[in-house]
Amino acid sequence: MIYDIRITLTYDYDAPADAGRHVLRLAPKTLAGVQQVVVAAVDFSPQPAERRDRVDFFGNSTVDIRYAEAVMQSSLTMRARVERGAARVFGQYCLLLDQLSGELAAEHGLGPDSPHHFRANSPRVPWVLDVAQWAIWAAGVATSVEETAINISNALHSEMTFDPDYTAVDMPLERAFAARRGVCQDYAHIMICALRSLGIPAGYVSGFLRTIPPEGQPRLEGADAMHAWVRVWCGRQTGWIELDPTNKMPVGEDHVVVAYGRDYFDVSPVKGQLRLSGGQKTTQSVDMLAVF
Amino acid sequence: MMQAGAALNDLDVAQLLGDYRVLPGISDELVDNGGNIRPVWQPLLRHLAAQSPHDLDQAISRADQYLRDRGVYFRQYGKEGSTPRDWPLSHIPLMIEMSDWEKIASGLSERGDLLETMMADFYGENRLVADGLLPAQVLAANPEWLRPAVGIRPRGGHFLHHIAFDIGRGPDGNWWVLGDRIQAPSGAGFALETRMATSRAFSSLMNEANVVRLAGFFRAFRDALDSMRQTETGRVGILTPGPMNDTYFEHAYIARYLGFTLMQGADLTVENGRLMVRTVAGLMPVEVLWRRLDSAWVDPLELEEGSHIGTPGMVGALRAGSCTLINALGSGVLEARSMMAFTPRIAEHLTGRPLSLPNIATWWCGDQAALDYAIANVGRMTIDAAMSTRLPFDHGPDVVIAGKTVDGTPVNPDWIRQNAGGLVAQEILSLSTAPALDGHRLVARPMSLRVFLARTRQGWQVMPGGFARIGRSGASVDTSMQRGGSVCDVWVMSDRPVGEDTLLTEKPTGYRRAALGALPSSAADNLMWLGRYVERAEGQIRLLRAYHLRIAEAGSANYPLAGLITEHLAVVGVDPAEPLPPGLMADVDAALRCAGNVQDRFSVDGWNALVDLRKTMAEFALRVGQGDDAARAYSVLLRKISGFAGLVHENMYRSMGWRFLGLGRAIERAQSMLRILQDCTGPTAPSGALDLAIEVGDSVMTHRRRYSVDTDPNTVLDLLLLDDMNPRSVLHQFHVMEEHAAFLPKPGDEKLTPFQIRVMEIVTILSTSTAKDITPDQLTHLLGRTNDMPALLARSYMH
Repeated sequence: MIYDIRITLTYDYDAPADAGRHVLRLAPKTLAGVQQVVVAAVDFSPQPAERRDRVDFFGNSTVDIRYAEAVMQSSLTMRARVERGAARVFGQYCLLLDQLSGELAAEHGLGPDSPHHFRANSPRVPWVLDVAQWAIWAAGVATSVEETAINISNALHSEMTFDPDYTAVDMPLERAFAARRGVCQDYAHIMICALRSLGIPAGYVSGFLRTIPPEGQPRLEGADAMHAWVRVWCGRQTGWIELDPTNKMPVGEDHVVVAYGRDYFDVSPVKGQLRLSGGQKTTQSVDMLAVF
Repeated sequence: MMQAGAALNDLDVAQLLGDYRVLPGISDELVDNGGNIRPVWQPLLRHLAAQSPHDLDQAISRADQYLRDRGVYFRQYGKEGSTPRDWPLSHIPLMIEMSDWEKIASGLSERGDLLETMMADFYGENRLVADGLLPAQVLAANPEWLRPAVGIRPRGGHFLHHIAFDIGRGPDGNWWVLGDRIQAPSGAGFALETRMATSRAFSSLMNEANVVRLAGFFRAFRDALDSMRQTETGRVGILTPGPMNDTYFEHAYIARYLGFTLMQGADLTVENGRLMVRTVAGLMPVEVLWRRLDSAWVDPLELEEGSHIGTPGMVGALRAGSCTLINALGSGVLEARSMMAFTPRIAEHLTGRPLSLPNIATWWCGDQAALDYAIANVGRMTIDAAMSTRLPFDHGPDVVIAGKTVDGTPVNPDWIRQNAGGLVAQEILSLSTAPALDGHRLVARPMSLRVFLARTRQGWQVMPGGFARIGRSGASVDTSMQRGGSVCDVWVMSDRPVGEDTLLTEKPTGYRRAALGALPSSAADNLMWLGRYVERAEGQIRLLRAYHLRIAEAGSANYPLAGLITEHLAVVGVDPAEPLPPGLMADVDAALRCAGNVQDRFSVDGWNALVDLRKTMAEFALRVGQGDDAARAYSVLLRKISGFAGLVHENMYRSMGWRFLGLGRAIERAQSMLRILQDCTGPTAPSGALDLAIEVGDSVMTHRRRYSVDTDPNTVLDLLLLDDMNPRSVLHQFHVMEEHAAFLPKPGDEKLTPFQIRVMEIVTILSTSTAKDITPDQLTHLLGRTNDMPALLARSYMH
């Protein structure tokens, strides 16, 4: 499937916002054999005084910008055309849970996709006792890593209520878990926490979801903003699989990956606070339309 | 047990050592295995034995007095936040023979090289993990391994420049590394102060004995930092988290000692990939930054998001290669205890031979064989968090010592197995003991050394002594300062005479003093406010004294002027009826805070004068009544606060900073005088108000001499507003501002700054007016124009 994606973020300030500096991760990734970026561009209004494009540790395309002058309004737009492959078939090589530590010990790399980055606590995903206990229950009688991940994703989906009004971007995952409410970011963080507590390497994925579903299918949650889901390491042979706990589905043709990281901290689309004396209003619009 | 002194003939020495007990199975610095005094201690022992108890007390109090005068403190953390504590000096220096020291120095230099190689690998190719010398998890789970810093090659090629090691001597007499301090080690400045204090106690001995000097180490490091600049205009800065940090004293001290600028995160900004400091002359490039805070806090944009002490974009500036950070970003990765389980193997792999000065035996429990070994030998291990970067004797909440948890129960081996990847086991080392004073006798206390290394162009320089921790009790192996331990000087004893420069030091290179004018804007702001707060407090003290003098005369607070004074002071939040108004103390506290922020630019005497003023106020607040008693108390305070002003005025170098202090004082003085004149010269002012103005304006005698008549509004206005010869007059304040401003940098091609234009405007009005022209409206107008001065000053000079 080929998509045209466009995201626009607009910031309106009550008072002129002081000079600011931001790090942006908005442009989709190219993933060999799965996802091909035909073209992608990030543009700003007003033009920033400085701009530097680079690739970060996890291989995400990153833009650093700096505004030198105070502004009342700023906006940024990312446009991309992306070719996305079909969902991968699950369950081909099933790594058993008790084989996992041996597989990890044999893995000596520390490249961006090395599972070792995704095992320990990370800035937004600490170890949480309640989640760890729940994870044992939710995993059920699964014996393979993949099945465990799917069970946890399904259990999370059935227990959680999708509620954009409950959550805030910096809310700790244990609160969302306690209330069983939140958005895709909370689903992803809780699932990562659960998997890691079982010793399974798990990471965070930010991306886009097609806006208009194929005929006869329901519209997916999270399509009107940037979306988030989870990747799980299933051994050296299988590598990483991706699951979307918010929509209880494997990640496939309807998802486009922007960035990989340990949690939201590594991939947040717009980083950097403005020094503000007044209030701020942010509007976000996202379109991901299938071209053909 | 053996009694060490028994082997000596000298009766006095025997008495000195009467309580000195060396525990079996551990080594001692003073006494060898045969019970004999080691030769290196003989001069000190003879010196001590020759002192009367009185002499010894005198010597000790000289050292303590030195530390108090210098205001040496560290912050101790407790349940109720942190409090500044006196530096805990143990007065007896530790003696180390040169031959012993040379082994330490070469062993630690070798370790410094090893850590540099490891650091370059962790932030570069990661060969050590790929080759199986370090488990991937040990690096990947380390929170100090900062992924945004991976791939950044430091400018100049080296990652590590200033490092320290905690080492201890084991029962076999060999030295062991207890901890690697690689993040941003503190203590080198304290070592220098410890040396100064100790030399006060034992000056004659120090001069006779061949004690290797410390200054050369600092000179070499200063020159090394200076030589890392690549342009003439680039600055060298010391980055501090600020006055609330436990070792801020040292940051300010080192900055003053080395002549580098002390900076906080907010002083810095990044433009086009270059790190810049905001100064009163605009943005200036910083090329070398010696950070005294942990890496994660230096950049809230890419690292710790909650950091208020960092600089957004710092990582980008390092990526662009515009400056050298000392040490490079992420060097804390080397401090994790688990790393010590692998350094011996890595050293052998890289150099083909074992480390000559090894670290204490360490096992990372994530490895099955290590885990089994640790559990089997749990009785002689400390088990703690694998990623802990705490000091060797500072344990986490889940520590297991000799098989016991913190509540004293035996550890469950299953707990170790379940948490294996997050745990590290270390062999418990019985530290050697060294002498400390208890009364007038020596006792044996556990000891660990902190050794500092600095990179120079010739390689690592090792600071020759200066810093050892001494434990609180004889039986403990714990030398932690946070738990009551103390610090003593370390004397490396050469067998040859040492000059001011020793063979260990390098000749000074072409170091040049940094050009003046690089005053950071925040320092300028703090100095300006310091000037204002002190002046404000002084004005209040004068008014309060006048208030109480009149109570003493009238017998009660019901005299006509009392209402005027009360209303006047209410504007600044001070109630004169209170014994010592909290509002006044708050202003002095604010002055202290400002002074604390710029301690590096400020004389120790000036600081002590302010501290003394605050202490006196707190005492007076408890016992001063009304009327005469209070008036006398305020006279004391007035003398003390004038003493501070005098110290600053007489002794402070006429730098940019001094000008901002003076500007603050002049602005505040002009404002308060205008307010006094407004209240006291108007048509509705109560009788006696004119005399009050003259009194508060410290101009009673001048008025008598110049006008030889009673006060009337015109004479008062003439003297306090328009007379430039009177240092209290408003016009004089504006002339002072005019003079200071002439020395301040002008940004761009402006002829005059907005601040200067306003000064000129007011000077013109005052110079062309006579007292008769001054209406109440005119005073209101002047006050309004004066109230803008701080904002204009900031707009004109604080970028």
